[in-house]
Amino acid sequence: MIVIKNLHKSYTIGSQALHVLKGIDFTVEAGELVAIMGSSGSGKSTLLNIIGMLDEADAGSYHLDGVSIKNLSETKAAQYRNKFLGFIFQSFNLIQYKSALENVALPLYYQRVPRKIRQKKALHYLEKVGLAAWANHRPNELSGGQKQRVAIARAMAAEPKVLLADEPTGSLDSTTSYEIMDLLQRINDEGNTVLVVTHEEDIAAMCKRIVHLKDGSIMQDQNVEQVRAATYVQ
Amino acid sequence: MFSRDTWHEIFETIQKNKLRTFLSGFTVALGIFIVVILVGFTNGLQNTFDEFFSDDATNVFFISPGRTTLPYKGYKANRKIEFDNTDLTDIQKNFPLFLAYSSPRISRSALVKYKNESNTYTNQAVGPAHQYNEKTIMMKGRYLNQADMHNKSKHIVIGRWVEHDLFKGENALGKYVDLGGSAFKVVGVFQDDGGDNEERLIYLPYTTRQLLEKSNDNIDRIIVAFKPEIGYATAMAFENSLIQFLKDKKNISPEDENGIFVRNIADQYQQNQQFAWVLAIISSVFALGTLIAGIIGISNIMVFVVKERTKELGIRKALGATPKDVIRTILMESITITTLSGFAGMLLGVILLGSLGEKLEDFFIKNPYIDMGFALIATLILILFGAIAGYVPARRAARIAPIVALRDA
Repeated sequence: MIVIKNLHKSYTIGSQALHVLKGIDFTVEAGELVAIMGSSGSGKSTLLNIIGMLDEADAGSYHLDGVSIKNLSETKAAQYRNKFLGFIFQSFNLIQYKSALENVALPLYYQRVPRKIRQKKALHYLEKVGLAAWANHRPNELSGGQKQRVAIARAMAAEPKVLLADEPTGSLDSTTSYEIMDLLQRINDEGNTVLVVTHEEDIAAMCKRIVHLKDGSIMQDQNVEQVRAATYVQ
Repeated sequence: MFSRDTWHEIFETIQKNKLRTFLSGFTVALGIFIVVILVGFTNGLQNTFDEFFSDDATNVFFISPGRTTLPYKGYKANRKIEFDNTDLTDIQKNFPLFLAYSSPRISRSALVKYKNESNTYTNQAVGPAHQYNEKTIMMKGRYLNQADMHNKSKHIVIGRWVEHDLFKGENALGKYVDLGGSAFKVVGVFQDDGGDNEERLIYLPYTTRQLLEKSNDNIDRIIVAFKPEIGYATAMAFENSLIQFLKDKKNISPEDENGIFVRNIADQYQQNQQFAWVLAIISSVFALGTLIAGIIGISNIMVFVVKERTKELGIRKALGATPKDVIRTILMESITITTLSGFAGMLLGVILLGSLGEKLEDFFIKNPYIDMGFALIATLILILFGAIAGYVPARRAARIAPIVALRDA
């Protein structure tokens, strides 16, 4: 699904070049649930941004579902993001003045899906995350966990190839975190590819594979015995 | 681009961001409203100025005799000047190139009786040409003519209020009234745009008046009209040579300002037109300034709106909004708001102007109006510049990388 070869990225801060990613080789198969771990400054967010086409690499190749992601125009990048990727952010990033349903329907709006079908699909995904009853509530009427579940429904709505979650539990307490991880695990169980960036060991342990980044290189890449979040959720 | 979905999205955003919508809408509506009102008031002012003169001809001098203040050619000062019939004919003889027509005017007041009704009216003894300089409109019968002058006939033309008050619905035409002790036949009834007072006048031949006053040949006042085609400057020169001619004839010192008085309607009209013109320029400057202030206002609001929405736009971009989508979202929203509120402000202004009518006449503003074409163009200009003002920050927003927009605390 994701094939990355010899990826380099540096930022120039003033006169100094900061080499953030130093030749990353990384492959993700369809249906995997991968945790990317690392301390701040390890390059994990940069890697996720490149995978998410929010940023571009200096050197190396990146293929997503067989499509080479290189020198994309803004418009093309937007279309690929819409088609291939679903984003889940630490701070949810819901649009405050739109209801949960409208938030979930937004990626479909940019796919030019007709309104009726859009709403039907959005409601379907809200149901999936257990929030159908909250469809017409605004984000400020929802709890943190509910907000993140709306965000997950939104990421799912466009039926992307890969779900990218950047610290999805970073703003949540541990009980709520496990609920979210349970949801992500179930989504993964259905065959969806999920990438989770986290610095929390217990969250990473709930994935099937953990990739440790340090100073711009992959230190460790191992498959793990998945801890089911459901065991913590009553 | 104009699918129902796009509109739905725009109206939803507008509805849910009421303060933002209100701010930008209010700026635009107020701007257009003020422009419409300013221009309308200027037009109303112009109406009032025009009205001052519309009931009388503007190519006219009123020449009145006075008293000399300087001794001249053996005559003492403080001599009373009088005009007579020869002055009239001399003017006609000497200035045929400039003169359109002339008429004497002798004003008197007399008790007028018909059957049991009576009232005191001002009567003016005039020549046939007097009809032109007063712009008297005949409703019935005819005006005084040359034959009346020649025969010194006892014919009168009465204003419609005279007929109304004395004849009580009866037709005055052909009836005889008692005017200051003599019987006069009514040959015409007139109206005048100058107002009710001018419609309470009675006109009679000046020769008849002279006959009644012991066959003298005095005339109080001479009304002289120049040919309009000679132009303003020539008319002023004509006025000067006319005064010179009369002063010379009446042995008045050329330096004596009080021997003869001239009221020059043309000059007054010209000055008023210039005054109105200056006012129009001033109000145009204000209107333009308001329009520019409105445009700057929208630009500011648009910058603020884009700033406020940076994060939202970043989210939209992450979810697949192309730069075009982002620009369109902002632009169409701003154009929708400016268009709706612009036309609302314009309509409000036009309705207010229309409802004012003559209510502000005390402030010299009568029937203010605005040319609809002008109002539309002003509104469209504001909308266009509002769109341009929105495009610059919208394009900047479209270029922001989503990671930057999403970076948060």
